[in-house]
Amino acid sequence: MVRVIVDGTPVDVPAGFSALQACEAAGKEIPRFCYHERLSVAGNCRMCLVQVVRAPKPVASCGFPVSEGMEILTDTEVVRRARRAVMEFLLINHPLDCPICDQGGECDLQDQAYGYGSGISRYQEAKRAVTDKNLGPLVKTVMTRCIQCTRCVRFATEVAGTPELGMVSRGENAEITTYVEKALTSELSGNLIDICPVGALTAKPSAFHARSWEYKKTDSIDVMDAVGTNIQIQARGGEVMRIVPRVNDEVNEEWLSDKGRFSVDGLKRRRLDRPWVRVHGKLMQASWQEAFVSLARRLDGVSGYQIGAIAGDLCDAESLCALKDLMTSLGSPNLDCRQDNAWYDLNAREGYLFNSGILGIEEADALLLVGTHPRHEAPVLNARIRKRLLEAGRGGFPIAMIGHPLTDPTYPAELLGDGPEVLEKLLDGSHAFAEILKTAKRPMMIIGHGALTRPDASAIYDACKKLAVQTGAIAEGWNGLNVLHTAASRVGALDLGFLPGTRGRNASGMLRGGVDVLWLLGADEFPIDKIGADTFVVYQGHHGDAAAARADIILPGAAYTEKPGTYVNTEGRVQRSFRAVFPPGEAREDWRILRAFSEVIGKTLPYDTLDALRDRMAEVNPVFRQIGSVAQPSAQIEGQGASASSAPATSAAQEEGLAASAFRPVMQDYYQTNPISRASPTMADCSRVYGPVRAVAAE
Amino acid sequence: MLQDKDRIFTNLYGQDDWRLEGARKRGDWQNTAEILAKGRDGIVAEMKASGLRGRGGAGFPTGLKWSFMPKQSDGRPHYLVINGDESEPGTCKDREVLRHEPHKLIESALIASFAMGAHAAYIYVRGEFFNEAVHLQTAVDEAYAAGLIGKNASGSGWDFDFFIHRGAGAYICGEETALLESLEGKKGQPRMKPPFPAGAGLYGCPTTVNNVESIAVTSTILRRGAAWFVGLGRPNNAGSKLMAISGHVNTPCVFEEELGVPLKEIIEKHGGGVRGGWDNLLAVIPGGCSVPVLPKSVCETVLMDYDSLRAERSGLGTGCMIVMDKSTDIIEAIARFSRFFKHESCGQCTPCREGTGWMMRMMDRMVQGRAELDEIDLLEQVTRQVEGHTICALGDAAAWPIQGLIRHFRPEMEERIRQYKAAHGGTGLVQVPASGVPVAAE
Repeated sequence: MVRVIVDGTPVDVPAGFSALQACEAAGKEIPRFCYHERLSVAGNCRMCLVQVVRAPKPVASCGFPVSEGMEILTDTEVVRRARRAVMEFLLINHPLDCPICDQGGECDLQDQAYGYGSGISRYQEAKRAVTDKNLGPLVKTVMTRCIQCTRCVRFATEVAGTPELGMVSRGENAEITTYVEKALTSELSGNLIDICPVGALTAKPSAFHARSWEYKKTDSIDVMDAVGTNIQIQARGGEVMRIVPRVNDEVNEEWLSDKGRFSVDGLKRRRLDRPWVRVHGKLMQASWQEAFVSLARRLDGVSGYQIGAIAGDLCDAESLCALKDLMTSLGSPNLDCRQDNAWYDLNAREGYLFNSGILGIEEADALLLVGTHPRHEAPVLNARIRKRLLEAGRGGFPIAMIGHPLTDPTYPAELLGDGPEVLEKLLDGSHAFAEILKTAKRPMMIIGHGALTRPDASAIYDACKKLAVQTGAIAEGWNGLNVLHTAASRVGALDLGFLPGTRGRNASGMLRGGVDVLWLLGADEFPIDKIGADTFVVYQGHHGDAAAARADIILPGAAYTEKPGTYVNTEGRVQRSFRAVFPPGEAREDWRILRAFSEVIGKTLPYDTLDALRDRMAEVNPVFRQIGSVAQPSAQIEGQGASASSAPATSAAQEEGLAASAFRPVMQDYYQTNPISRASPTMADCSRVYGPVRAVAAE
Repeated sequence: MLQDKDRIFTNLYGQDDWRLEGARKRGDWQNTAEILAKGRDGIVAEMKASGLRGRGGAGFPTGLKWSFMPKQSDGRPHYLVINGDESEPGTCKDREVLRHEPHKLIESALIASFAMGAHAAYIYVRGEFFNEAVHLQTAVDEAYAAGLIGKNASGSGWDFDFFIHRGAGAYICGEETALLESLEGKKGQPRMKPPFPAGAGLYGCPTTVNNVESIAVTSTILRRGAAWFVGLGRPNNAGSKLMAISGHVNTPCVFEEELGVPLKEIIEKHGGGVRGGWDNLLAVIPGGCSVPVLPKSVCETVLMDYDSLRAERSGLGTGCMIVMDKSTDIIEAIARFSRFFKHESCGQCTPCREGTGWMMRMMDRMVQGRAELDEIDLLEQVTRQVEGHTICALGDAAAWPIQGLIRHFRPEMEERIRQYKAAHGGTGLVQVPASGVPVAAE
């Protein structure tokens, strides 16, 4: 620790701190534009100038290291003058178009101009204008507003790992550009909008839609991937206008994937806003009562074994719990949350979690990716891997992958092979990377759904586990064997035991005609034509996607922005979101639909309130009591049907041994992976611009 | 006045052979190993004792700079980088060293590198100096062939390599950290300091960046001893220095002169006097375009050295003076500098990026007189707002000439404005308000 005196107040800070951090520790706010906690220091805006006693000139505090006994003055005439000077320089070529600027109200330049700006302009010369750049469908540019802080350049280079932005030309002519005009290829490009301190980079889809102070802001959790990114939903007049990330250092730092941010316009399109019932082969609008009655009639006399339920990828744990209880009361053991037929080791919670935690990536010193492409499956988590790589320095964090990635993973990764057969070589030590894993103190393996959805998933998982034990990835105080999920609801559903019970059928069994009545809770990610022609399909969900068209009864549910919900992310972190807006039309929160229907068939679920339901969830699995933290893995998964002995027996037939075929990517097109993103024009635009990589033919 | 026996650069004008043979005749490469035998500390101590101050413009003591290099390597290599990116308008002294005394530079580079534990020296030569780089490369090749550098350089047991890197013509790349960036292959933009190059310089390794002349004089100082060098010049302004005179003199030239000689004497002796006589003198810019201008009254008495010129609120800079007689439009001359600095600003930090353009535009109007009288004060304030707030010294360099102009030639500027007003229907009687200029930022 170093003692620094800030404006006469002594404060102890770590030796590596900058003067700016020391001032913040002392409670002094230092204005800044180019400095950002999570980016390298550029020191070019000169707004953070402070006076250091005995220094001849004001120093840029963001890049000035503290030393013992250093005296910093943050509020002297010299400092104020310097900051006013910088502010004046920034404003002389900045268009004063705040009234039509989308950044207005949340603009660093605007805010600080109140403190350091002048009421009049002394600049009589012509102002500079800069040509706008086309950065693709997500980021809009008004380059004349740019103050050349280079935060975007540093973000793209350091965090996103796509060094596509740069500053060209010199002096006044310096401008930020992609060199050759092209769309940014990063899946994190939306964060450029957040880090831009002025209105140079704003959101293209929501341009001119609303002013920042008009939003009603609600905390929520992103469901576009399984990272559980903390988000804030900003709504106006019952309409979700935009989504921005919240800071959570343990999960997403302050980043959000583009799909999570920009698929909001999908929430307004193709919505199911009233119940529908198929009459004589044609879907007809119905009231809730009519829908419930006709569904109850259809269920009347059907044996529980002939009823099944498949849960989708975006469901909250509440609706999963309610559906499971409903199915149980109907006597059905046919439950499955794995519409992609994934295989998990269900003997313990560790079998399907990202055990080392997202924070654990920063401690790992070697990484093996098996059948996963985190850049697409979890862009925010991928940024954490890159962060670790940059921190570790050259050679400090070797990364290898099995399975050819669709795109550049944003970090150098050694491609060990295309299929799982490489695992054998790693196991017998004949591959060089085995040695790297062995010498690493905290080796980490990430198994993706490219591996877990294969017929030989269990063999791959066993091989990985064996390798993990061999290399010390599973050791006291460290579990580096990780499963990376792609579905936001998956871990929650597994925790609740939303799995086939005794003699129950799994998802593919149900689809193959194993059940007469199939209840789809937002499940769309499987080939709909696989559903047997005679199966009566109930679709409960929020979007009129493929499954809704096949349904015989449609029960309109709520999207994730429209209901309070609990989500468990890939590392097993239980997080809650709140309702930002109400569901459209007749649509209702999903658990309420299930609760209401249970009453119609005389099997009333024993909870009337959300709290009671959450108590029930905690009863099923105590992890649901630990909100926000990564719950300690429970030794055994609770609840019926998920007991260790029965679950593997009923999951998809597993092949013995490793197959030779190559891993297939989990998602061909990052931008369209769920009903919401498929309904989003913005995501469709992205999909068109960035083009789904068709390296591997779809099934 | 410097005597011939004390000259360091004895082939400044290329009158003799610049190659190895000629250099050896002039005393270069003699007993280099003996100098190195003094050891690192010995050489640095001798350099400190000599009082040599950096010849690039800032005047930082060279020996002291060398002593900042880590004594023990922590595994990273050390580097000597020689700044041959001589781009300052009015300055052309290093060029003469590069083309006529390349061996003096290479030998001194070996000594300096040894003194800072560096096995490699890089020289960043201004891109336009094509023939100079060719001369230097020839000299390097000769030195390698003669075993003077390379493995076991000059039989001293020290391995030393010398690399030439040619710049691409950006003025900012003459700033030491921008030079390092450029040398690394990046865009030439100055770095934040600290860390200083001695801690983390080229490729993050301890590095010392010195001007060509600062390095080139090393071998002679060490041969003839620090006492000899201190004996020249004035206290704290020791030695001789390469200077140049350009502009309105009868014989513009580059020459070596003792520090602390009166400016007037230098102009009379080396420059052959001001065109049209001393009384025709208007002003002198004493050290490249980035130091403030001196009016004739100051030129009468001032001495050419670091401290004397600083006392006159100017600077020695590169020691290459620009002499202007009364035919000069001094406002236009300084406006030209403003144009230069605006063009060469790297655009990285705010005050310089925005300020140089603002200053240039105001200066352009001042040249015509198309301004208000109180805008002279505004211009002065803008220069103050740029000065001292930037990452590197280019902001200061852009501000100082204008400050010098306003300090010494304000009446001329006001007269120009009045003339313009008179010619364009103004009253010509505009006065600076007694209360000063309203400044909202204050």
